Amino acid sequence: MGKVAIIGVGQSAFVRSYPGSIRELAFEGFSAAMKDAGLAAADIGASVVCSAPEYDKQRSPAGVLAEYLGLNPQPTFYVESLCSSSSMGLRLAYSLVKSGLHDSVAVIGFQKMSEISSSESQERMGRGADIQWESPFGTMMPAYYAMYAQAHMAKYGTTPEDLAQIRVKAATYGQLNEKAVFRKPVTMESFTDPESRMAGPVASPLRVGDCCANADGSSCIVVASEEKARAVCKKPVWILGVGAASTSVNLAGRDLFTGLTVAQEASRQAYEMAGVGPKDIDVAEVHDCFTIAELMAYENLSFAEPGKGVELIREKQTYKEGRIPVNVDGGLLSKGHPIGATGGSQIRTIVLQLREEAGDIQVKGPEIGLVHNIGGVGLYGNVTILGR
Amino acid sequence: MGGKKDIDDRFKKFGTVSFTGISKVNDFIGYLEQGKIMGTRCTDCGKVFFPPRAECFKCLPGTIEWFEVAGSGKLVSYSRLQFGPVGFENDLPYCIALLDYGDFKVFGRIADDLAEEKLSIGMAMKTRVNELPNGQLNYVFEPA
Repeated sequence: MGKVAIIGVGQSAFVRSYPGSIRELAFEGFSAAMKDAGLAAADIGASVVCSAPEYDKQRSPAGVLAEYLGLNPQPTFYVESLCSSSSMGLRLAYSLVKSGLHDSVAVIGFQKMSEISSSESQERMGRGADIQWESPFGTMMPAYYAMYAQAHMAKYGTTPEDLAQIRVKAATYGQLNEKAVFRKPVTMESFTDPESRMAGPVASPLRVGDCCANADGSSCIVVASEEKARAVCKKPVWILGVGAASTSVNLAGRDLFTGLTVAQEASRQAYEMAGVGPKDIDVAEVHDCFTIAELMAYENLSFAEPGKGVELIREKQTYKEGRIPVNVDGGLLSKGHPIGATGGSQIRTIVLQLREEAGDIQVKGPEIGLVHNIGGVGLYGNVTILGR
Repeated sequence: MGGKKDIDDRFKKFGTVSFTGISKVNDFIGYLEQGKIMGTRCTDCGKVFFPPRAECFKCLPGTIEWFEVAGSGKLVSYSRLQFGPVGFENDLPYCIALLDYGDFKVFGRIADDLAEEKLSIGMAMKTRVNELPNGQLNYVFEPA
């Protein structure tokens, strides 16, 4: 069996409120990816549609999107692993192509979160955890991640200022990303200025500035066999490793609270499959739904030892010119987090980096990139390694 | 023939807003009403479950018995919420937390009258049943 490539990437702008329906939103990411790949819908062997349920009212969105995007009569189906849905979709597309069942698969991620209020979406996200035993206590995503932040601070002496530094880095690059929802500058002073929203408390110790925003958006990744990629694509990016893991949904079933075991396990698999190590990664996209999540990613991906992740941000080693540039597209903290579209957007950024088509945020000559995408509160973890 | 009246949906009483009505471990709610917090144990393999389970995934289904969560655990982590999901607005602010009892852990809330400043990771806490203003039941942690 030959290699598997990514031959097209696209995303919509991520916005607070998209003025259209989910099929129209999905069209934006899909059409961008198809133009990028130089293909038409009829050239695609199958489609995998990825989102998290209950933000819009459509049940079984795969059929609706496939029809609207001209992907009939090819097979289409739905994949969901909360915030990592489109990385899980890529994993599935990889296996469909690697097996020889299809020579190309479109992975279409979307989320239209603006149809419900912010507190309703917190309730939906809270129900992405254990609805029988935890949600009745009033849980929500920022509070769960805040518990990890609290434990990390207690064990390693990490400070709220360290976390704020991660937001400052995100904003540095978010300002350059025309597809990001949040494009204003953020400074350390933003976290002490009472006039700034950044310092407002959300769930201790996390503040507004530590949290990404809900957004509407779509993404699309076109995956193809080596034969097809070589025939139609000038700069194929190869899928070198795909790792994925799960853990106990209830925090009571876990043992580690200063990191995510799913990221440790998924990265171990991906590094092994790709035959590379953390020092070989030239550019990375990590799942910074909260600042603490990026910090834990540094450690769980072995860019730093446990407890030493703060040194990477304090020394600016994860900036574009640093040892391991991370989230130079602004990350979820700047782009916003349209759940089902997020993984595809992260993959798009790394593909553009490896093709050296990333414009202002281009890292110098990257050969190998990594995408870390987490679903729920470290419930699902996907790590994908790409190479040129 | 069982009519609607026969449905045991006691789990609706768990927490500020319950998202589950019927469960094979509905007796957990009966125990809460008696002031007891109970987990389950598989007597075939000895595995301890909290939250309680009706079946053992090792022994398929194993032999399950109840045990009472007693003594104290250590505070693993916590967070105080200033915003809450729909349905929890009247509880704000509140603090969620996790206690480690050694063989198992318990996820719940810190007692309302305990200030966040009094909390420190590793401190010994115990779990007690708590009746919420809306008549629902949950459990909270307080210093041991």
